[in-house]
Amino acid sequence: MNAGNYKSLPKRPLWSIVGEKILEVIIRFSGISAIIFVFAIFFFIFREAAPVLHSPNFKLKEFLFSPEWYPTSAVNVRYGTLALTIGTFSVTALAMVIAVPFGLGAAIFISEFCGKRVKETLKITIELLAAIPSVVWGFIGLTIMSRIIMQVTGAPVGVNILNGGIILALMSLPIIVSIGEDALKAVPDSYREAAMALGATRWQIVRRVLLPAAKNGLLAAVLLGVGRAVGETMAVLMATGHAVHIPHGILDSVRTLTANIAAELGEAPERSEHYRVLFLTGVLLFFITFVINLAADLVIRGIKKK
Amino acid sequence: MTLDNQHLFTETPLVKKKKRDEMIAKIIFMVMSIAMIIPLLFIVAYLVIKAYPSLNLEFILDIPKKGMTEGGVWPAFIGTLYLVGLSLAVSAPLGVMAGIYLNEYAKDNWFNRIVHLAVINLAGVPSIVHALFGLGAFVYAARFGCSVLSASLTLAIMTMPVIIASTREALASVPMSFREACWNLGATRWQTIRRIVLPNSIGGILTGVILQVSRSAGETAPIMFTGAVFYKAVERGDLFPYTLNSQCMALSMHLYTLSTQVPNVKESIPYATAVVLLGTVLLVNITAIVIRTYMRSRKKW
Repeated sequence: MNAGNYKSLPKRPLWSIVGEKILEVIIRFSGISAIIFVFAIFFFIFREAAPVLHSPNFKLKEFLFSPEWYPTSAVNVRYGTLALTIGTFSVTALAMVIAVPFGLGAAIFISEFCGKRVKETLKITIELLAAIPSVVWGFIGLTIMSRIIMQVTGAPVGVNILNGGIILALMSLPIIVSIGEDALKAVPDSYREAAMALGATRWQIVRRVLLPAAKNGLLAAVLLGVGRAVGETMAVLMATGHAVHIPHGILDSVRTLTANIAAELGEAPERSEHYRVLFLTGVLLFFITFVINLAADLVIRGIKKK
Repeated sequence: MTLDNQHLFTETPLVKKKKRDEMIAKIIFMVMSIAMIIPLLFIVAYLVIKAYPSLNLEFILDIPKKGMTEGGVWPAFIGTLYLVGLSLAVSAPLGVMAGIYLNEYAKDNWFNRIVHLAVINLAGVPSIVHALFGLGAFVYAARFGCSVLSASLTLAIMTMPVIIASTREALASVPMSFREACWNLGATRWQTIRRIVLPNSIGGILTGVILQVSRSAGETAPIMFTGAVFYKAVERGDLFPYTLNSQCMALSMHLYTLSTQVPNVKESIPYATAVVLLGTVLLVNITAIVIRTYMRSRKKW
């Protein structure tokens, strides 16, 4: 074919070209929609919360550092969230004490010690464990777990930090295992082969080669587990009891930041001060999880660059 | 130097210790893995045993009776279907297109790093914060009120990252050479995606969509204040009891209500509700796993 009659080649119809351009614009817009949503979340929550910042009853220092939460008191309203924050962190800490060793241990077993069949089975089980809805976990905490705890420890109430901690541990295990396993898988096989050639056993390889090489990825796994535990609502609402006070032991009932919103928002009159303070706790939670997720992402990105 | 062969192949104390440590480590890690599975089996078994007296098809089709202390879960079951269907209709197209953008169009620059970070953050925001957002944005600002629409939109935004992540992963697993071959034939970017990339990754995308279904069916917190109610009178077996503007019941919310708010419920009913919810969610997830395994076995490269 010579250059002269290229015009006789069939051309794409105009609607197809224009349609494609429009579609690409829509795709680009969907792509950035995630940013829009994150900003929208912050904007709409903060918009509901903001007026309370000027209220005479509200002091930021009290909000962050006072354990006195009396949002409906007639004479002396106090909005201190310290007891709630401590509630969140005590339950999360206990959950991590349980979930981190088990999660990383399982990740190591899946990635290094077991055969292909066992590996597939375990991964599917973990996926199903991750799929159990949080309200079902809460129900388990409320019924099964609380009965077991009362029998074993003799505590008067079964819904407490221990209960919430165990439930949250089971809930955050899947994420720790799967991200931890990814981190171990990312270590190049040449490392393993080099160690094996020196006569190291699998356990020696894990301890001396893999753990140091994958430590950032494992850290990210733990951070994401923490993020999951901090943000969990229904399970802790049902399993930790409802006592707004600073706990003295793991058999004390507590209330967490998330559970507090879920428990009180329904009763707070629309656009009242109490309602706005609850939104402000939402802003606080948004920031806590944002920082945790950002840290985890930076850690993971650091590995990829290397 | 001559070596005594006998001596060469006997285990030294060091080797023995090494092997023993290996055994111990393996057993410990195995126990840790098994410790994860045991609760799952134990819990499911316990729930089913406790639920057994109420567990039959009638339980799903019947409506709650006598102040929710007897009867079935039909209004909640159909409400969950409404919420899941509507949220899927919003988040599936948006999520798949966002996944296509991130994998096929986005260059590796600062802007797209922020998009990536936003997706991660959207997945990490606590569900109750999504509920606050839904209340502030859809119920009040957009004036949808407490309705099926508000609740579904909140669920859609919350579960979108699930679809984005699996779409991205599915697209990324299509080899670059497929695209290059297509571009060399003069195809545009979109034609390549439409004819080559999507057909080869549809299994992974479908898996993500199915996982979104299971995730949104189980969520409670985001719908608590945006559209789900404790009780709504619905005819037995009515397939269209709710409209976009009406409030609805949902299985997850129903389980919460039964187990914390309603006194004197027949004991097996909350358990049966939990089993119906858990069964639905796990069944959906198993479907996703089966599709994924099937697609993987058919992979041509």
